[in-house]
Amino acid sequence: MNYIWLFLIVISFVSAAFSGRIDEVNSALLNSANLAVKIAFSLVGIMCFWLGIVKIAQASGLIEKFSRLIEPLMSFIFKDVKNKQVYSDIALNFSANALGLTNAATPFGIKSMQELQKENPKKDSATNAMCTLLAMNTAGFQLIPATVLAILAASGAKNPTEIILPTLIVTSITFVFAIFMSKILERYFK
Amino acid sequence: MIEVLNTVSAWILPVIISIILLYGALKKVPLYETFTQGAKEGFWVSVKILPYLVAIIVAVSMFRASGALDFLYSIFKTPLEALKIPSDALSLMITRSLSGSATLGLFGEIVNTHGADSYISKLCAIITGSSETTFYVIAVYFGTVGITKLRHALLVGILADAFGIICAICVSRLFFYS
Repeated sequence: MNYIWLFLIVISFVSAAFSGRIDEVNSALLNSANLAVKIAFSLVGIMCFWLGIVKIAQASGLIEKFSRLIEPLMSFIFKDVKNKQVYSDIALNFSANALGLTNAATPFGIKSMQELQKENPKKDSATNAMCTLLAMNTAGFQLIPATVLAILAASGAKNPTEIILPTLIVTSITFVFAIFMSKILERYFK
Repeated sequence: MIEVLNTVSAWILPVIISIILLYGALKKVPLYETFTQGAKEGFWVSVKILPYLVAIIVAVSMFRASGALDFLYSIFKTPLEALKIPSDALSLMITRSLSGSATLGLFGEIVNTHGADSYISKLCAIITGSSETTFYVIAVYFGTVGITKLRHALLVGILADAFGIICAICVSRLFFYS
């Protein structure tokens, strides 16, 4: 990450020098730092809410039931995870994403990461399972692309729902591809 | 059709929450106390993500503001036009992994200029709807647990984004290109 971060920033200054956009870069620097704070704090409320709800589901044993249900599939994808309870968090993260509930998906994903971190021997380095979970999330599997549909419908598309099937095809193929790539590449990055 | 979908998605959350609460009540879980206990952790999680978000979002915004994308754009422009891919779609493809809000903004702009029923709008709809903002996801998910060595995570994210764009181009050709 060190180099990518450095790369992004240095390239910004270099290309600003060529394009004469140094003022824009400076104001982007100041404004986006604020934006990051806004985004982080906009997560607070929904984080609290979902972590509260999940705690109830945990205490009632609902989470355990759910994780037993999906264990076969999960133990196939996340072979080296010892704590089977994580499966339900990952499954909830996936389901919320699939249903387009991004606000609910993030807390579940974060919770899964925290559980995976507990069994991580090297605390600053991502485990295979973490990378696979991340791949699942960056691929962004979604059954119904609600936001896109809303924009298309608002702009007067004749039949906005016609994009649902092709989007579903693309997002499914990409999702499987991402998991496979993560599985293949994990051998080459120690 | 779209109304039915909207109604269904509006009711997903209420149904899930009711099931969890009713099942908890059935099992005699002290609902209110348990909820507030869990909710306590929410604040610190958000605070923990903050430094990672600042690092990523600042770098990405500077990168976008510097015009570095225009340079990338000029490299990819000719080969893509040879493949009959509208060049306006290119900026959206490049932006997709970097910023979610910028992607939605670009998408809105493309729909406005080319019309909601144009080929390019449908192509961009599929790209926007089938992927997530890789850099943001990495910042948030790895940030909460303090992971700084990403290993193959970023590479997989970017490869999947590129692969998704290629799929989107093929599929929208198949469905919409006339």
